[in-house]
Amino acid sequence: MSRLVGLLLVLAIAAVAVVAGEIPLSERRSGYESMRPETRSLQDDDTANPGMLWVAEGKDLWSAKPDSASRACADCHGDASVSMKAVAARYPAFSAAAGRPIDLEQRINACRSHQQHASPFVFESRELLAITAYIARQSRGMPIEVGSDPRLEPFVAAGREEFGRRRGQLNLACTQCHDDNWGKHLGGSVIPQGHATGYPIYRLEWQAMGSLQRRLRGCISGVRSEPYAYGAPELVNLELFLMWRARGMPLETPAVRP
Amino acid sequence: MKRRDFLVAGGVGAVFGAAAATARATPAEVLEAVRQLTGPAGVKPGRVTLDLPPLVENGNSVPLTVSVDSPMTAADHVKSIHVFVEKNPQPFVASFHLSPRAGRAVVSTRIRLADTQSVLAVCEMSDGSFFSGSADSVVTLAACTESE
Amino acid sequence: MATALIHVPASAKRGEIVQIKALISHVMETGYRRTSLGAVIPRDILRRFVCTYNGEEVFRAEMYPAIAANPYFAFNAIATESGTFEFTWSGDNGFSKTESVPIKVE
Repeated sequence: MSRLVGLLLVLAIAAVAVVAGEIPLSERRSGYESMRPETRSLQDDDTANPGMLWVAEGKDLWSAKPDSASRACADCHGDASVSMKAVAARYPAFSAAAGRPIDLEQRINACRSHQQHASPFVFESRELLAITAYIARQSRGMPIEVGSDPRLEPFVAAGREEFGRRRGQLNLACTQCHDDNWGKHLGGSVIPQGHATGYPIYRLEWQAMGSLQRRLRGCISGVRSEPYAYGAPELVNLELFLMWRARGMPLETPAVRP
Repeated sequence: MKRRDFLVAGGVGAVFGAAAATARATPAEVLEAVRQLTGPAGVKPGRVTLDLPPLVENGNSVPLTVSVDSPMTAADHVKSIHVFVEKNPQPFVASFHLSPRAGRAVVSTRIRLADTQSVLAVCEMSDGSFFSGSADSVVTLAACTESE
Repeated sequence: MATALIHVPASAKRGEIVQIKALISHVMETGYRRTSLGAVIPRDILRRFVCTYNGEEVFRAEMYPAIAANPYFAFNAIATESGTFEFTWSGDNGFSKTESVPIKVE
C-alpha cells in the first residue's frame, strides 16, 4: 500500500516539470547505463554472465535433432554465427503466412512445426529461451533494425497505442514512466527508458532468463492490470513498437538487468 | 520440519536445525556460529577485506570478493574462509577451503542478501589463528511487484 | 541437465598464478519460499564445489542457500605443470556434475 502511495507521489511531483512524448533519438539510453558498475561488469563478462548458460544450452539445442526423423536447426541453417547474424536485430518481422508481425520466438516455433515437424516449444520454457538467446546472441552489438517494412506500419501504430494507454488499478501507461520519468527513481530503482535491447535477459529479480513478453506481463501486472497471454497479438505489437523505438541501438543479448 | 545437516568446514563439524520458514538469523546466532568455528581461539579483526557493493542492485545476486592478506606459503597460508550474514534466514553463506596451491587468497562469488545488513568473513590461518573482516550493504526491494 | 561454463587459461607459465572462473546453472531453491497457496517449496541447492588440479584439491566451496542462483566462483591457482583441472559440483537430490578443462604449462 505504501508503495502505491510512494509511486503516486513520485509521479505527481515529476508530472509538473515534464512534457509527455517520445524520447529524441539522440537521447536514448539503454538500461545498461542506469545499472551499477558491478551489474554492468556482470553483463560484460561472458564467463560470469548467467545468461550465457542459456546461450550455451541453446547452442546444444541448435545441433540437436528433435527426434531421429527430424532435422536439427543446424541441418538447414549450418553455422549459426553466420546464418543467424543480424536476424534477431530484425525481429519482430512481418510474416506473410500470419498476415501480421511475429516475434523471434514465434518464428522459431514456426520452424519447429513446419520445417522440423516437431511440437513447438512452450512460451517461456527453458528450451525456447535457450534457443532464442543463442540466436539473438549472434546479433550482439549490431544495430536494431525493426519496423521500416511498410506492412508493419499499422502494427507499430497499434503497439504505440498500447504503450500510451493507461491501464490497471494504478491507471498508468508505459509512457508515463519510461518516456516522461526515466532517470528518476521509483523506490530504490532507477526508472529506465525501457528499451528492448537485450532480450532474452537474465533478470536478477527473476534469478533466471526471461523474454520480453515476460517482462511486459510483469509490468502490466505490476500496475494491477490483467496481462495478455503469452503470444497475444497485443504483446507482439508492443514488442514490435519497442524494438522500433530502439531502432539503431545495439542489441545486447544476453543482457543482465536488475 | 526436517533437521538439516550443515557441515561447517575447517575441521569443526556442527549440526544446525533448520529454522521455520519465516525465521531470521540474528547477530547472536552469527556470534554463536563463529564461536563454534573458532573454539576458544577467538578472532582478531584484520587481514580480511570484503569487496561488497554498498548499495545493491538486487538482493538476489550480490557480488562478493573476499581477499586475505597472506603470503600463501606452506608455512603461512589461509586454510579456509567462512562467510556469515546476520539478517538472512540463516547465518551461513559459504565456506571456502584453500591451500598454498592457490597462490592468492582471493575468492569471488555472488550471494543473496535478504535485507540491509553486514557480511562477515572469518578466515582460519595455517597456524590455527582466526582473522575477520566485514562490510555493510544496503538492500532495497524491487520497485514494482509482479504477480507472475 | 545443468550447464556449466568454466574459464581456465589455455596456457600459463610455470609458477604463474591463474584465475579460474566457474559458473553452473542451478536454481538454488532456498527452502524458504512458498507457493501462492502457502506450501513451502522444498530446498534444492548445490552444497559443494571442488576443483582439483592433476588430482590434488586446490579449491573447495561449501554452499548454503545464501549463494545466489546459478552459482559462480572465481578463485586462483598456481600453474605448476601441464594437466587437467577437474570441477565437481554436488548437492541436494543426488545432484552431481563433473567437468574437466586442460591447461598447458610452459
